[in-house]
Amino acid sequence: MKRSVTLASILIAVLVAGILAPASAQGVSLTVYSGRTRELVAPILEQFTKATGIAVRARYGETAELAATIMEEGANSPADVYVAQDAGALGALAFGGHLRRLPDAILQRVEPRFRSGDGLWVGISGRARVVVYNTRNLTTRDLPASIADFTTPRWRGRIGWAPTNGSFQAQVTAMRLLWGNERTRRWLLGIKANAPRVYRNNTAIVAAVGAGEIDVGFVNHYYLFQFLRERGTSFPARNYFFPGPDVGNLINVAGAGVVTTSRNIAAATRLVEFLLSADAQRYFANETFEYPLVVGVAAHPLLPPLGQIRTPAVDLNHLQALEETLRVLREAGIL
Amino acid sequence: MLDVVLPARQRRLGAGAQVWIPSVLVAAAMLLPIAYLIVRAAGAGDEGWSLLLSPRTGRILFNTLLLAAAVTATTIALALPLAWLTVRTDLPASRLWSVLTALPLVVPSYVGGFVVVTAFGPTGMLQQALEPLVGITRLPAVYGFPGSWLTLSLFTYPYVLLSIRAGLRGIDPALEEASRSLGHGTAETIRRISMPMLRPWIGAGALLVALYVLSDFGAVSMMQFESFTTAIYTQYQASFNRSYAAVLSLVLVALTVIVLSVEGRSQRARYYRIGAAAARRPRLVRLGRWRWPALLFCGTVVALGVLLPAGVVLYWLVVGLRHGQPLILTLRPALNSVYASALSAGAAVLAGMPIAMLAIRHRGTLATLITRLAYAGYALPGIVVALSLVFFAARTVPWLYQTMPVLVFAYLVLFLPQAVGTLRSALQQISPSQEESARVLGRTSRQALLTVTVPLVRPGAVAAAALVFLTTMKELPATLLLSPTGFETLATRIWSAATEGFFTRAAPPALLLLLISSLSMALLLSQERRGFDV
Repeated sequence: MKRSVTLASILIAVLVAGILAPASAQGVSLTVYSGRTRELVAPILEQFTKATGIAVRARYGETAELAATIMEEGANSPADVYVAQDAGALGALAFGGHLRRLPDAILQRVEPRFRSGDGLWVGISGRARVVVYNTRNLTTRDLPASIADFTTPRWRGRIGWAPTNGSFQAQVTAMRLLWGNERTRRWLLGIKANAPRVYRNNTAIVAAVGAGEIDVGFVNHYYLFQFLRERGTSFPARNYFFPGPDVGNLINVAGAGVVTTSRNIAAATRLVEFLLSADAQRYFANETFEYPLVVGVAAHPLLPPLGQIRTPAVDLNHLQALEETLRVLREAGIL
Repeated sequence: MLDVVLPARQRRLGAGAQVWIPSVLVAAAMLLPIAYLIVRAAGAGDEGWSLLLSPRTGRILFNTLLLAAAVTATTIALALPLAWLTVRTDLPASRLWSVLTALPLVVPSYVGGFVVVTAFGPTGMLQQALEPLVGITRLPAVYGFPGSWLTLSLFTYPYVLLSIRAGLRGIDPALEEASRSLGHGTAETIRRISMPMLRPWIGAGALLVALYVLSDFGAVSMMQFESFTTAIYTQYQASFNRSYAAVLSLVLVALTVIVLSVEGRSQRARYYRIGAAAARRPRLVRLGRWRWPALLFCGTVVALGVLLPAGVVLYWLVVGLRHGQPLILTLRPALNSVYASALSAGAAVLAGMPIAMLAIRHRGTLATLITRLAYAGYALPGIVVALSLVFFAARTVPWLYQTMPVLVFAYLVLFLPQAVGTLRSALQQISPSQEESARVLGRTSRQALLTVTVPLVRPGAVAAAALVFLTTMKELPATLLLSPTGFETLATRIWSAATEGFFTRAAPPALLLLLISSLSMALLLSQERRGFDV
């Protein structure tokens, strides 16, 4: 009996200590909700703290789940800055009134095609959609001139895709904007008729292409480089860019915005500004193999320069039209 | 000395305020996720409800039920012989096998799914091993139902195993011996005596497995199997649509109610127990030549459930190190994992005890409702429970939001059934006559409960705590959303590294997770020996 009372009191004491500890450690500090993982973002946040003296506490999670969290938190959201993997989630928060307008000086560092039209969020780094292919089974000459051509029967059973992945859905949204719903639906049904393998994310697709499970996959460009780094250059997969301004070459952005309910707007804005500084942009260029978006910072030497990729004429601001894309995907029986 | 106790005798002890009040409070807490789902589903509109009636919903309902039934049946088929071999026979090194066969439980399903794909994928390790021998260049796809079924069966059967072991240890061999002395053969004795007595224990373990399958995301998403959980995640991830997700989640709640009422029947079977002091070890069955196939069976299960995951994780570590990746091993996430899991285990046992008592000592509608409510959060995907608590905590107790108490509360909502199940089994093995004696000797019902029953149930409580501890170590969605900001655990480290393709960085925390969990599993089994052997 005595023991269980002791145990209960210890439990309560530890819990109380748990409440008080973070509170006493609090000073002027920013809270970041990052849909991008710790591996990528933490080093940048440390540099920010070093440069400005502003402490940053980060919560890492899936982009969409953190967006849902900010929505559920409502007026009491502790988040100051939201960092997202793709423009769609930023669009959803902007649409719900959860992001506040950024200063023009920040917005103007980035080309208009890589930021929100209302100035509610800004792109931080660029992520090109590519086709990753198995180099043992294919050469670039075997690959078609447009992503539209993957519906031909010769690709039957050889394609991998991730229909639930945000980047893929953004690409489908871009297709709808360029081709219209009807042609997009035909493309989706055409790919579906080729019995593609469904994967949960880009990493799984690149791994499967490397293992020869599939010959090609629709992914973001930088996942391949993690595999090359870990498994060496003998890893039998490479990225392929289409020669023309194809929707297969869409460049989506990872971006950031300041949450409406933030009580540290000045500091939050400084963090977004820092993410667009030359240092941070160079970090993304060299460490994560993503494209820096601020003009004048060069991409990693292994990548074709941003200027050489012929991107489709899509306004990223419209990538938030995801509901419609999901409807098309559902009607095609893919989601 | 045989003492057959009918449920009525347990019930006569009754449940006083000291059981009722905490039970009602805990049950009210369990209602939170359901309340949230109703709030959100109300905003779904016509399109949301028509989504529910679409053919696709029927398909994923069928998929989910098929998977739950197949995995549950398989886990029972694996666990029964393993439990019998390790408890009732002279299997060589049976202590070691007891520990090893329970270990697959420590493997998180997201790691397990990855391991199964790496090993049995079309061009996985098995294919690479077979190619030089028989020239197989591709294996049939493991994705979809087969992979999900294999992964979930392999890494959840210990729930049933642990439960059956506890049952086998508690059954007085005198009953089986009496049956034999009356001329019944082995098969007849098993059918008429052993199986009916084991039924509540099989049921309790199978319930944990079936409900876990409903809630699992890690394995089914890795296997690209379309279940309710993946459909719910798709709603959040693709359309930011919390209302549709809520509608689908309510279907899972309905499924839980159905599963619970099925299991409730197995618990209605009469349970027998023995005077704690009089029970003795049953005579071990001599396996003779049969020990070789028995060892082969145990060895195969352990090879798949323990050696394979450990091997795959080590493989990733070695591959990364060979390519110059630094070995990053930080202690902080490990300490955080242990800290959060220990709090979760303590909270689950404290909250589970009154519910378990109510479950065996009271049979009213309200008592049944409360017992069933304890399972409300367990069958829901972690993300749904986490968002429901985000909703309530941020709006009603913002000063507590994203602190340890709310995180521990979330773990409680998610894992309480594991504690309740184990505690209920343990309580059933305690003779009411001991508490009755204390009452006769002048103790109040409260004193009798606290000075007699609670100490007797201690080994069961430690086992329950260890089970919840293990499960919390693996938990991901609630930890990501509700932990204090910046609080990292081994599970979040593994997730963080693996989602970006840094497999080699995921390997050290994964190994550490397996190691710490194995130690706590050893603790669980040592308590089993102390407790149920008495």
